[in-house]
Amino acid sequence: MLKDTFSLFIENRKALFGLMILVFFSGVAIFAPLIAPYDPKTNKVDVLRIVEEEMGRTTTVEREQIDEFTERRVYTQSIATTYERVTTKLPLNARPSRQHLLGTTKAGQDLFSQMVYGTRITLAVGLVTGLFTTILALTLALLAGYFGGVVDDIISLFTNVFLVIPSLPLMIVIAAYITVRGVIPIVLILGLTSWPWSTRILRSQVVSLRNRDFVRVSRILGERPLYILFREILPNMISLVMASFFTSTMAAIMGEATLEFLGLGNVSIVSWGTILYWAQNSGALLSGAWWWFLPPGICIALIGTSFALMNFAIDEISNPKLRKR
Amino acid sequence: MAYFARKIGLLLFALFVAVTLNFFIPRMMPGDPAQDLIDKMQGIPLESLEAIRAAFGVDSNDPLLVQYGKYLLNLLKGDLGISISRFPTPVWRVLQVAIPWTVGLMGTATIISFFLGTLIGIGVAWKRNTKLASFTVGLFIFVRSFPYFWLGLLLIYFLAFRLPIFPLGNAYTPQLQRGTMEFFFSVLRHAILPALTIVISSMGAWILTMRNNMINVLAEDYITVAEAKGLPLRRIKTLYAAKNAILPSITGFAMSLGFVVGGGLLTEMVFAYPGVGLMLYQAVQSKDYPLMQAIFLFISAAVLVANFIADIAILILDPRVRDGGK
Amino acid sequence: MIELDRLEMTPLLQCKNLVAGYRIKSGFVHAVDDVSFDLDRGGFLGIAGESGCGKSTLAYAIMRLLKDNATIESGSLLFKGADLAKLDEEQMKKIRWVDISMAFQSAMNALNPVLSVGEQLTDAIHAHEEATQSDARKRALEVLKLVDIPKDRFNSYPHQLSGGMKQRVMIAMALILNPELIIMDEPTTALDVVVQRTIIEKIQELRKTLGFSVIFITHDLSLLVEISDTLAIMYAGKIVEYGASESLFNRPLHPYTKGLMNSFPSLTGMIKRMGGIEGKPPDLLKPPEGCRFHPRCPQAIPICRESCPSLEEIADRHSVACFLHKGAEIL
Repeated sequence: MLKDTFSLFIENRKALFGLMILVFFSGVAIFAPLIAPYDPKTNKVDVLRIVEEEMGRTTTVEREQIDEFTERRVYTQSIATTYERVTTKLPLNARPSRQHLLGTTKAGQDLFSQMVYGTRITLAVGLVTGLFTTILALTLALLAGYFGGVVDDIISLFTNVFLVIPSLPLMIVIAAYITVRGVIPIVLILGLTSWPWSTRILRSQVVSLRNRDFVRVSRILGERPLYILFREILPNMISLVMASFFTSTMAAIMGEATLEFLGLGNVSIVSWGTILYWAQNSGALLSGAWWWFLPPGICIALIGTSFALMNFAIDEISNPKLRKR
Repeated sequence: MAYFARKIGLLLFALFVAVTLNFFIPRMMPGDPAQDLIDKMQGIPLESLEAIRAAFGVDSNDPLLVQYGKYLLNLLKGDLGISISRFPTPVWRVLQVAIPWTVGLMGTATIISFFLGTLIGIGVAWKRNTKLASFTVGLFIFVRSFPYFWLGLLLIYFLAFRLPIFPLGNAYTPQLQRGTMEFFFSVLRHAILPALTIVISSMGAWILTMRNNMINVLAEDYITVAEAKGLPLRRIKTLYAAKNAILPSITGFAMSLGFVVGGGLLTEMVFAYPGVGLMLYQAVQSKDYPLMQAIFLFISAAVLVANFIADIAILILDPRVRDGGK
Repeated sequence: MIELDRLEMTPLLQCKNLVAGYRIKSGFVHAVDDVSFDLDRGGFLGIAGESGCGKSTLAYAIMRLLKDNATIESGSLLFKGADLAKLDEEQMKKIRWVDISMAFQSAMNALNPVLSVGEQLTDAIHAHEEATQSDARKRALEVLKLVDIPKDRFNSYPHQLSGGMKQRVMIAMALILNPELIIMDEPTTALDVVVQRTIIEKIQELRKTLGFSVIFITHDLSLLVEISDTLAIMYAGKIVEYGASESLFNRPLHPYTKGLMNSFPSLTGMIKRMGGIEGKPPDLLKPPEGCRFHPRCPQAIPICRESCPSLEEIADRHSVACFLHKGAEIL
């Protein structure tokens, strides 16, 4: 089933398009140092150049002829090098130009480099959180869906409750309280507030699979639950798990951007969200610096679209009624 | 009836969890936020210090459970504490002013978005294989991925900054007198961009959900029967297709209210719209913990109630649920 | 007088060389491949065959309910002087449900879950006639009575009815405009044997009182034993045996028909070994060369692999498409 899903996925035009966008951004993230022309946080460029190098003369201090064939010399050698350091301060709040493809910030940082390096944090946080959330949701779903009874009741109750409590205010409140600022707290906060959605969906699937005949047979045969879970139920849920992963990752990326935008993250790291934070706080909008706040939003939207397209494709694969007739 | 009881039970329990979270989060944080805060703010009057300590629960030596009990009692009395940033205004006063703006903006925007989204979703599903349908779907997939707040920035930039059609923010022009027609129109003008932001970003979800539901329903046998019976297209579209397709949409609506509200908050922040969202943002910036907690409670309660209303709507629309639930 | 007789003598529905199916990427699936039959007024035609042999496509084709990539390619369906295959939608709408109606397979999904039984019955009336609410309601109650459903169920919802009741509602719905022909597509498939029996008996009873004709589609030949006049056995889109039921039951000629007959036990008579038919139905996109049944046929002869036999009348009202009986006469 895995192979079929995979080949159907690749053939689907939407999925392919989405995948290409993702690959593009991943490439940017991985090869950031090679692509970005400047250091993202610096506002000046230093060029060091040797102006003059003078090799001095050697001065013999002592000379001794030890025997017919050996000579011992003690001498000093001097070198004087003159350096030239040229510091160019990057222009402030500059429009896009050839030197600065996306212009500069008010503090003179190159935005293109920031966007490129920012891709790393944004994607990393997104993917890690997505993974974390999906694994958490899957575990809960398997436990609740397969074992039923009290376990299910408790897990479902908490899932329903947390589903209904609005996540953004919760995230904001938690983030406001913690004193440690950084990426890891963000990952944790995002992960701990977005698991209910996926858990609910995955659990329904587990329950429906559990009652299917082939699983019933295994249970009657007395197979161990772990075996049934991993060999029979899980493989039939791959597409759903993938879809949950994409959704969670997307939510994480949005969440990270939002928290950073509000200043609740670590504003000294470079991510698309922090770029927007600085843009907002430096009045980019009102000074007409569209190059500052447009690119991050567009890129987030593109990644979001890529995940949405891949999700769409998965929907179509698992529900043939949705395919083009 | 069992359905009804179950839903109320859930509502109350969720409320209880929200309240409890509210109580425990500040007390569970590593470090000593109270002290941090006090250190950061210099020259605070003594009363503020008390308020801060109270908000963090570090003001009494009572055991935790007793504090919790006191907290619950205070809540029931309506005592939400004193705002630190707007000292000495009590929190509920601050909320009182902000709530109408939020309810007005969010309420209308969400309703418009749901209706528009559902109608477009039905249309897109009905005319599935046309170019217009594919384009619309693709467009909304893209738009839906915009961060909420960013869409607001975009709208401000293009429609308020570049082309000064709409105002840049706030809910109304301050100089105008309340109660006049001018005031009313000013409010409307100021509400359009924020409302538009909310509608555009959340509409996508309804469209896609409704479309999926409609497509599934249209493949059912009873639609073929309806066509065989020769029923007018209108009746098939509404009473046979849409009425069935909308049920999961309403459930989805209830579940995603949390997200929609979140988006609304961000919109307020971006537009400096004086609702609960802006209050929350300012509270976070100024570390006004009592206000923050109260807002969180209020929002949770509002979403829970809205959820409950959606559940009732399903009860009314789906005869299967009336007879014992699914 | 003679004219009247002639009118009485012409079949109600004459299907001639109908070809229908659906278009997919790799070609055209001939679900109905050159099918012909006649249905007399007040007659009962049973169409039997395995799942996937094209029976449902045939039913939908007659009602012109084929959608999207499913079409009628050629052939004619003469009904009361008009060719149903050639009518446009407007004209077809006047015939559908008024003269020809259908009781769908699996009433589970054929009834709208959010409308009451009464609403679903009356909207059919309102769609075709100018009727007042109370007239429509009266008529609906009449048909409910005919199918033995108590009056108080008028306001019930489908999920509140048992499987058998839902099926009877389906039949009531098909009867409501007094059609001359009702097509029943596997109406008893999802029901247990006892309920099946009651439904079949009810259909017979209604036929006697109201006089409509029936095309009854099923995979279970045993149901058709006592009630059908004419029988058509379908395999892989073609009719392989056709004629008066009595003749077919007493002397099944086609090996497939024999196989089907052997697949259900009789309550009376000797205990015999039940056979089945080996193999699976063929892929209608690429049917086997020659006779479509030959891969599974226990009596296949070499010629069966090369050419496809056509339907030939062997005796009065008994035709078969099989090389074993080509040119033979029933002695």
